[in-house]
Amino acid sequence: MARYIGKRIIYMVITLALIATFTFFLMKILPGSPIASADKLSPEQRAVVEARYGLDDPLPVQYFNYMFGLVQGDLGISINQFKGADVTDVILSRMGPSAQIGFQGMLLGTVLGILLGMIAALRQNTWVDYSSTIVAIIGISIPSFVFASMLQYFLGLKLGWFPVALWKDGFMSSVLPSIALAMFPLATAARFIRTEMIEVLSSDYITLAKAKGASGSEIAFKHAFRNALIPLITVLGPMAVGILTGSLVVEQIFAIPGIGEQFVKSIMVSDFSIIMGTTIFFSVFLILVILIVDIMYGIIDPRIRLSGGKS
Amino acid sequence: MKNSKLFWLLGLVLVLSIFLAACGGGDDSDTSTESETPEEETDTPAEGEESEGASGEPDAEQVLNLVEGAEIPSMDSAIAEDAVAFNILNNVNEGLFRLNEENVAIPALAESEPEISEDGLTYTFKLRDANWSDGTPVTAQDFEFAWKRALDPEVGSPYGPYMMAGTIKGATEVSEGADPSELGVVAEDEKTLVVTLERPTPYFMSLMAFGTFYPQNEAFVTEKGDDYALNSDNLLYNGPFMLTNWDGTGLTWTMEKNPEYWDAETVQLETINVDVVKETSTALNLYQSGEKDRAGLSGEFAMQYADDPEVVRELEPTLFYLKFNQERNGEETPLANVNIRKAISMSFNKQDLVDVVLANGSLPANYLVPTEFTFTEDGADFREVNGDLTGFDVEQAQEFWATGLEEIGETEVTLELLGGDSELAGKMDAYLKEQMETNLEGLTVNLKAVPFGVRLELDEAQDYDMQNSGWGPDYQDPMTFIDLFVTGASHNLMSYSSEEFDSLVEQAKGELAQDATARWEAMAEAERILIEEDAAIAPIYQRATMALQKPYVQNIISHPFGGDYSYKWAFISGKE
Repeated sequence: MARYIGKRIIYMVITLALIATFTFFLMKILPGSPIASADKLSPEQRAVVEARYGLDDPLPVQYFNYMFGLVQGDLGISINQFKGADVTDVILSRMGPSAQIGFQGMLLGTVLGILLGMIAALRQNTWVDYSSTIVAIIGISIPSFVFASMLQYFLGLKLGWFPVALWKDGFMSSVLPSIALAMFPLATAARFIRTEMIEVLSSDYITLAKAKGASGSEIAFKHAFRNALIPLITVLGPMAVGILTGSLVVEQIFAIPGIGEQFVKSIMVSDFSIIMGTTIFFSVFLILVILIVDIMYGIIDPRIRLSGGKS
Repeated sequence: MKNSKLFWLLGLVLVLSIFLAACGGGDDSDTSTESETPEEETDTPAEGEESEGASGEPDAEQVLNLVEGAEIPSMDSAIAEDAVAFNILNNVNEGLFRLNEENVAIPALAESEPEISEDGLTYTFKLRDANWSDGTPVTAQDFEFAWKRALDPEVGSPYGPYMMAGTIKGATEVSEGADPSELGVVAEDEKTLVVTLERPTPYFMSLMAFGTFYPQNEAFVTEKGDDYALNSDNLLYNGPFMLTNWDGTGLTWTMEKNPEYWDAETVQLETINVDVVKETSTALNLYQSGEKDRAGLSGEFAMQYADDPEVVRELEPTLFYLKFNQERNGEETPLANVNIRKAISMSFNKQDLVDVVLANGSLPANYLVPTEFTFTEDGADFREVNGDLTGFDVEQAQEFWATGLEEIGETEVTLELLGGDSELAGKMDAYLKEQMETNLEGLTVNLKAVPFGVRLELDEAQDYDMQNSGWGPDYQDPMTFIDLFVTGASHNLMSYSSEEFDSLVEQAKGELAQDATARWEAMAEAERILIEEDAAIAPIYQRATMALQKPYVQNIISHPFGGDYSYKWAFISGKE
């Protein structure tokens, strides 16, 4: 197990290095200068400002400087989004709200999704099943910004149950954004659980349990549900990605001081250091989620071997 | 198995980053102004029943709730270069002069009008007794320190060199690394500041109201070091308000009345709560719910709310025009012919464009220097000196077109129109294409919509035929627009060159600088040559913006340059 995790961590580092490299060069291909007033300055004046931020070095030099700093945990200094602020500080100061709505959205979505999926499977081909499928399709296909705007307008402005936007009323402020983010995991979990449950319910050991006289609910929860849950863990990765991309728009719509909202702006203004820092932060997060998923897998289902795979 | 998962992840992150990159690029459709912030009423269509509400008694509670379109990138007056920062700076700090309620620069930290030497090159300012928010006095040394700091290459300020080079003596050299003592700014004693200029600058007083020229307390700046201005505790204030509750990266801040401000008795507002809201629809929902007192109406929202009684309109001094490139890749374009240019500039209906496509109160423009922007000493608008210089006229356009085609020996011309990639820019350019092609036979216009950064690059390479471009002022003088088109100017980039135009601009900057009337006439003549005679550019419209504002908000003053708004004179009256 320890050996497995060690190996995975080495892979993680390689992946991160690749991501950092790709992002760095992709970013440099982007047109536009991080100097907001570039079009007003004479070439000499522009050179002075560029030198201040090390943008005048040849690209390979800039790259190695960046990677060298990265290895030491230095993400650099914001060029124009929060001039002079440490990128690490920017990310840390924005992490709280993002983590809160992301976690709440994930939890709410998965729990409701599982319930919905189970009910659908147990009442297969009834109206319950069909309406659960419809909810799942809507959840997948309606973009989160539309859903978020609708929540804001109806539950926030019209009914006044929750704050319209802003991050000022503690938990209440987080309710609508969390619901908006929950739609994707909800739909994913519901579809997944339904399929798995139906498959499990038709397997031999369920028939056996029935023959032994186990009650309906006992079969559903003790036997079918537990086995259907395992494959759900595999989609935790994609669900985390969904939450992450969703947060970019949801945070902007609810004016929440989170990382996603800030990331969009940094790309608009070509703040290289913030773009790099945030991309790396997001990547670390996703890689960790995947590692955890794989480890959980092994714990929950011992049949899955961790140390194998020497293909 | 595991490898494939890693690739899956890598692919995912790449897809994610490409998707995000596609979101970027910005859709500011003009070059200099940003942020779609709330704005001001000059003639508020106030609620009829409360007609005396405008001058009504202030309420007991003086709190204003605003939204802002973007975060604060920097509160360091030497480094600031964006609309948000300059707006806050204008309200929490003060320079030698300040724009008043009529947008005239009046003495602020300066006790009175400065003493100006005969040759117009030396200004001696006397400072009034004023304090920083920590109680220490504001001195002439604070100005000298701040201005030198704005030019220090180590600080890397874009606006320092931009605003000072060519105006203040030695600024160009100092910004390129010369000894700062060569700068023509000397604090003779605590209350006397002597500024030496490179050339007479008639609009110098209005520059003194601009954020880059604000003072900074040397002891405080040095003490804070790299942390200076990174949050509201690491700043000092000498203006009507103090910035509080700003953590440096957040979406929220407050401005509180500054008890140390020398004119504190004029200030009525106690608190201004600001939240950054980037989505127009969200800002509107907050406005409707009563949490915010003002919300900007951009794009399609302008049309939707046009008839709302709480709408306030504001004309900005930002002008949009077509640049005609006369030389592309070393070859003359059809636009090198003056008749072709004239034909195109008269071929599209600007009134319909602003009414139907923009629908936000913008004005059709037949000029370059905006209306309601600069005034003579007796208050006459520059536009009264120079009226309309061109206009929509299909018949005349077709005549010029026929002559032009004959002169270049063609019957058909294909031109590219370069523009922004926002929805609004797309609609506008499509409209222009349709108008031009309908009214000028044989003309084909190909649209090219690109992100702002790409447009700048194409502009710099002079790789376009026609370009939909815009400009906002950097100081309160017609020259900020006119000298853009001097031969070889960094904004020209279309091979326009007119000796007559150049010499008029030269005169206005040089020998006529001290003679206000003759100088204005020279600039007016230069503008006439540029647009009427040479049709070097084709003006399209002057931008206006709309916002919703609660009827109980009074007297927010908007400014044509520098900080967008002053809250110094604002108050709340009649809020329940």
